[in-house]
Amino acid sequence: MKSLHARHAALADTGYQLLVLTQAEAAGAQLPAFAHKLRESGLLPLRPTGIGVMQINVGRMCNQVCKHCHVDAGPDRTEIMTRETMQLCLEALARTDIPLVDLTGGAPEMNPDFRWLVEQISALGRSVIVRCNLTIIVANKKYHDLPEFFARHRVQVVSSLPHFSAGRTDAQRGEGVFDKSIRALQMLNAVGYGVEGSGLTLDLVYNPSGAFMPGSQQGLEREFKQRLGRAHGIVFNNLLTITNLPVSRFLEYLLESGNYESYMQKLVEAYNPVAAANVMCRTTLSIGWDGQLYDCDFNQQLDLRVAPTAPQHIRDFDEARLLARSIVINQHCYGCTAGAGSSCGGATT
Amino acid sequence: MSTYYNPADLAKFGNITEWQSEMGNKFFSYYAEVFKEGALTEREKALIALAVAHAVQCPYCIDAYTTDSLQKGADEAQMMEAVHVAAAIKGGAALVHGVQMMNKAKELSM
Repeated sequence: MKSLHARHAALADTGYQLLVLTQAEAAGAQLPAFAHKLRESGLLPLRPTGIGVMQINVGRMCNQVCKHCHVDAGPDRTEIMTRETMQLCLEALARTDIPLVDLTGGAPEMNPDFRWLVEQISALGRSVIVRCNLTIIVANKKYHDLPEFFARHRVQVVSSLPHFSAGRTDAQRGEGVFDKSIRALQMLNAVGYGVEGSGLTLDLVYNPSGAFMPGSQQGLEREFKQRLGRAHGIVFNNLLTITNLPVSRFLEYLLESGNYESYMQKLVEAYNPVAAANVMCRTTLSIGWDGQLYDCDFNQQLDLRVAPTAPQHIRDFDEARLLARSIVINQHCYGCTAGAGSSCGGATT
Repeated sequence: MSTYYNPADLAKFGNITEWQSEMGNKFFSYYAEVFKEGALTEREKALIALAVAHAVQCPYCIDAYTTDSLQKGADEAQMMEAVHVAAAIKGGAALVHGVQMMNKAKELSM
């Protein structure tokens, strides 16, 4: 499998993705505009409540090409954040009380300045999350010591593992990914990650491997703990359930498999006003590899920048103006408000 | 009506309350209670429902509980084993009556 970008697919164009998302809205009265739903819930315009998380996407380069990837990441993607842009992020961070920096990608560890960035954030006394795809740890000798590096900086590791069975994991993330992920998890456990009392947090992310929504976070966590513990001796802290949003390669999968309309319908029917009030974009600032600012990583991958009233680039960071903005929404936002809600931190209700 | 079964009708299941609300509402309230986590997990209940759906050969139920089993974290092997359980019980139910047949045949035979 190659990225949409490498295949020159029509969906590599974010304008085309938005057209697909909004055309379906026009075609069927069953798919109301997301803005309409928010208005009914008294949440329009959607406003931030603070900036609790600075989420930095340090690049689209990745050693994997997952079928559902909303970033369209892959080995062919060369867009990565420079040290100069990282420096701008750090300067902005230092001027605020934002307690948590969430590093994502692609595989963030593939950015040559990744470790430097983690060290700088730690030096500012802020907590760091790294969204680690696991296989990067075993992909190359130079990454084998990542578990020790993470532990040294008390980095919170958040890793995708869509299922405790190899078949369902590999179907989404690629042949052989499950076995490599298990090896990486064992390496993380060996340095204390996920082990009770170690203070080193290892959370797993469950994304459904198909056109359905995640079940109960609590129930799945129990199941994962039992199955991974029994079969592989693996321990972890929390399972975070994340709904797949109809963006990029997951959108492609939905369209090609004929599931697009029914999936969107499911998301709309499962709209939960409580989840809508708790959406992560209200407390997150998302920064792209080139320093552009977004309301969330999904908006980032759809090129939906923060509202024009707010600063557009991290070099112009201004917390007060960012907090006064309206959050940019579109039809993909239904993914975060369905059922128990979905965010980078899992269910929101 | 071009077919007896229309997939879109599954989403209209709740409409049965329109013609008898009291009984319909009681049924759905009971139904929701049954599928909550209890002595059995939600996933185990979804798999039982999937097996029963095959035994009663209800296309709506197969649609609903295939999706539900996946949502609750079941994988293909678990789902197919559930269907085999249904098949074994249905097959067994037919075959065990073979004893009755044998009894009757023996009764009638010299």
